[in-house]
Amino acid sequence: MLFGGVFSLMAVGLTLIFGVMRVVNFAHGDMMVWGMYLAWLMATRGGVDPYAGFVVCAAALFLLGFVVQRVLVQRIVDAPHEMQILLMLGVALVLENAALLAFGPEPQRVRSALAQSTLWLGPVFVDVARLIAFGVAVVLTLLLSLFLFRTDLGRSIRAAADNTYGALVIGTDVRRVYAVAFGVGAACVGAAGALVAPLLPFQPPTGLQLSVASFNIVIIGGMGSLLGAFMGGLLVAVAESLGAVFLKPSLKELVSFSLLVLILLFRPAGLFGRRAS
Amino acid sequence: MTRWVWAAATVALLAALPLLPSLFGSYAVTLFTLIFFYGFLGQAWNIVGGYAGQLSAGHAAFLGIGAYTAALLSVEKGITPWVGMFVGGALAAVLGTLIGFLGFRFGLRGFYFVLLTVAFAEICRIIASNTDAIGGAVGYYITFTGNPRQFQFQDARVYYYVALVLMLTATGVVAWLERRRFGVYLSAIREDESACEALGVDTFRYKMLAMMLSSFLTGVGGAFYAFYLFSLQPGSVFGIPLSVEIIIRAIVGGAGTVLGPILGSFILSPLAELARHYFAQGGWHGAHLVVYGLLLIAVVLFLPEGAYPRLARLLRRRAPDTA
Repeated sequence: MLFGGVFSLMAVGLTLIFGVMRVVNFAHGDMMVWGMYLAWLMATRGGVDPYAGFVVCAAALFLLGFVVQRVLVQRIVDAPHEMQILLMLGVALVLENAALLAFGPEPQRVRSALAQSTLWLGPVFVDVARLIAFGVAVVLTLLLSLFLFRTDLGRSIRAAADNTYGALVIGTDVRRVYAVAFGVGAACVGAAGALVAPLLPFQPPTGLQLSVASFNIVIIGGMGSLLGAFMGGLLVAVAESLGAVFLKPSLKELVSFSLLVLILLFRPAGLFGRRAS
Repeated sequence: MTRWVWAAATVALLAALPLLPSLFGSYAVTLFTLIFFYGFLGQAWNIVGGYAGQLSAGHAAFLGIGAYTAALLSVEKGITPWVGMFVGGALAAVLGTLIGFLGFRFGLRGFYFVLLTVAFAEICRIIASNTDAIGGAVGYYITFTGNPRQFQFQDARVYYYVALVLMLTATGVVAWLERRRFGVYLSAIREDESACEALGVDTFRYKMLAMMLSSFLTGVGGAFYAFYLFSLQPGSVFGIPLSVEIIIRAIVGGAGTVLGPILGSFILSPLAELARHYFAQGGWHGAHLVVYGLLLIAVVLFLPEGAYPRLARLLRRRAPDTA
């Protein structure tokens, strides 16, 4: 359940990018893995705890997302879906295997002083690390919605998402808005990556699993809906842990994939989506 | 005149391919076997992904089903893979029919169809890794006996010929389709599905047929995979990376053209193999996949129709001078 917060943050990033540009970021999970490796580098080289370092990870990933959008995605915003998917697949391959080249195939784990401690909350026994990850993820999601609904830049992001042409007409720099939105989406996974780095051993191929997991969540919650992504993250986390308890831990993903297929067939707009696209 | 030159060149090339192994070293034979095999898989994908424009990212599922079926039938029941490959193909086609039916009947397009195919491949992978009877996550191993009736050959050149036949068959099927009404319908569906429907084309039916044919061929290829490698792991047979390997060959070469996937395989398979060979020795794991990714990005940005159409145009432009 507490993993859900991080799942949510990851999915919120994906849904923001999709909502604004109608581009599915296939490199989402790989960006997250880069966030994890950054946290790992900072922890091992500089002794920075990932629960403080996640800010740096988010900033670095913002930059990465911004650049990827400017250099690559901007050219194919209007291209057919197939081309967009293939381009992002290319970016995913490069990111994943660059990580493999840089850090090797061995699974890594970030040590945090907080990860060892536990806490009794009434009758429940809680991992402090998980609790913090959950709390920070929720706070970041709230901050993001404040940003989108209360600031000028956030408002222009939403405007460009709702009606690109209209936003252009009233003088919005849509290209800049797109790049910022992509950057913010990437920053979400950067932070999410740093937050789970002490909890989840990771290696470069983890990125693919994370990408697929965030697609699941976003489809289940509703493509382009922030609330949907957030609730979808919690839902998938709960469904998977129930699956792990009642079936077999290795079968837990089966639950979310079956859920995905059902949603795709019967409610492609997702649980919280407004309409099918 | 030019046409004759090209026809003669093609025939000469075709005649040369079976003769090559007697000139090659064993490494080159392996390399060409892989080129043919991935060319075959890319061609099978091409039918539904290239011509019909339905981007399936779950073709590994069909390959996996074909591979496991042929392997299990051979090892457990003693049924020769020469039969088992068609049983595997048929089972893969059943899954293809199911995925196609769900995807097309419920009108999933673009990203949604991609995810549906990925989800089914992943479900297959999870089920296979949790079924102990077929080896579970550890994988299923075939003991080598060298019995040709069980699709096991001492001589690597036999695999070369089998892969060559597979590739030529699939290419023949695609070349034949392209000239028929069926092929034209498929391209029309890719270009503008609504317009097709408006003209009275039963798009559902043709997309289903394309999916069934494509999954059947991929399933048949699974048997080759099983008896070429002798080990099957759910993670690699059903995994997303394998689906990507298949797609990327067709896209780089030129999806929706007869020779595109073959050209793609001739470009990428040696690259992958050499990179695996040399980079892995230096501890540079993943380097070839970085190159793949960059190539994919470059193709999308600069050569969205693939290498083959561009190459064909270059040759045609030069042809009048020589004729």
